[in-house]
Amino acid sequence: MQKTMDVFRRRKLTYTLVFLAFLAIFAGASIVAEFHPIDGIVSFPAALQWIAVNLIPDAEAMERLPKILSELMETALLSVAVTVVAAILAFFFSLLGANITKVNGFIKRIVRIVAAFFRNVPDVVWAMLLMFSFGQNVLTGFFALFFTTFGLLTRAFIETMDEVSSHCVEALDATGANFIQKVFQGILPSSLPGITTWVLYMIETNIRSSTLIGILTATGIGYLFDLYYKRLDFASASLVVLSIVVLVLVIETVSNRIRKVIL
Amino acid sequence: MALLSFQNVSKTYNGVTKALQDVTFSIEEGEFVSIIGPSGAGKSTLLRCINRLVDASQGTIFFDGKNVTSSKKNELRDIRTKTAMIFQHYNLVDRLSVVENVLHGRLGQKSTLSGAAGHYTEAEKQEAFRIIQEMGLEEQAYKRCDELSGGQKQRVGIARAIMQHPKLILCDEPIASLDPKSSKVIMDHLKTINQTKNITCLVNLHQVDVAMKYSKRIIGVTAGKIVYDGPTDGLTKDKIHEIYQSSDHDLITDVEECV
Repeated sequence: MQKTMDVFRRRKLTYTLVFLAFLAIFAGASIVAEFHPIDGIVSFPAALQWIAVNLIPDAEAMERLPKILSELMETALLSVAVTVVAAILAFFFSLLGANITKVNGFIKRIVRIVAAFFRNVPDVVWAMLLMFSFGQNVLTGFFALFFTTFGLLTRAFIETMDEVSSHCVEALDATGANFIQKVFQGILPSSLPGITTWVLYMIETNIRSSTLIGILTATGIGYLFDLYYKRLDFASASLVVLSIVVLVLVIETVSNRIRKVIL
Repeated sequence: MALLSFQNVSKTYNGVTKALQDVTFSIEEGEFVSIIGPSGAGKSTLLRCINRLVDASQGTIFFDGKNVTSSKKNELRDIRTKTAMIFQHYNLVDRLSVVENVLHGRLGQKSTLSGAAGHYTEAEKQEAFRIIQEMGLEEQAYKRCDELSGGQKQRVGIARAIMQHPKLILCDEPIASLDPKSSKVIMDHLKTINQTKNITCLVNLHQVDVAMKYSKRIIGVTAGKIVYDGPTDGLTKDKIHEIYQSSDHDLITDVEECV
């Protein structure tokens, strides 16, 4: 009896200590970084007021809507194109990295390291590096997004494949099926929901990221935002932001529908 | 000549865990043999050595006149097509339909491309439907496998095995996840296949009473060694206790009753 009480008390103590530790880290970090939480909160009303005055799209901004929408469309299509190409390559690449399909442990390790490298270098950094070779154009943005997407999807596909298809792959092995037959008759059908979910998620993420990269590479919707912002035309700039938010929401709704149908 | 024979087969995992130790036995064509023994005794490893889902560390296995342990890629594929397997967790591709899963039994005998694309001949499809009907699953033929009950899934597993035209069916705990009624259906199907199609059956079982009821010969495995190999009639109370390393009243099965 005494022992069970101890277990509960220890659990409570652990939670309390963890909470206090977080609080201490926050306080410590704030002091080191000279961040004043109170000042931050106090300045909120003024910020909101500024937004209300300057960031509401006016009639002039609305005239720019057609141009914004056409750039937005270009950006969205680029994101879809990048994600689809990256997904197809990542699928085949991840077959070499998954435990159930690996050729050998060494190649598996290499695949995972390569994927980690591509995914852990931020896409903005990729864009800045690639700008040297490709200059300021769409291709730079394409490759910057492609590298991170490829790295992330490879990792995600490896997890998905190992999780969902180990049982059926064993059965297909037992029927004498060869590697390619196992991939297309076992692994692909069973991991399709996971793969689709990840691809849709990456399309959403890439639309957001491509805005940022567009600022760097002077292309697409990002360029337009940058232009209005630097002209101090905040009303038009905020219209750009709002249209991106709407687009992402629409994509999210559509992808939820798609997911429901295929799952 | 025996259909299957093990000669001094041993299997060690990671150089430490001894799953099989010096296992020797042989099985004639048309036999229905049950393997019993405690969990972790090496029953699954034993079955998987036959189709090389697990590679034996030492010893030789002959199947249908061919050396399994030394076979190369194409020979192994040939051996696997002749040894079908049924699993405790059914191991179907859940998101495909029943008929597609049954047709997977043909993959080992098809070209890479038509197998991968799921392109089957008219004759293969007709045969698949005939087997599905034999298994009493005609109403489920187009359903996705994740909509089926456990018993139905296992019948799909058997159908897939028959589709291979195997000489030997390896059953790894085929009824361990099923209720008693479904278990009987599955065991009856296996018995029927064994008798009408003359397919040899090697079945891992946890239920001693089921093993004794369905098979004429039983192999008892304990700690990777065969401790009993003989007719069901010869399996005495003491032998059962030796296999499970138990004493009176330790087992859920009433030993008195089944002997």
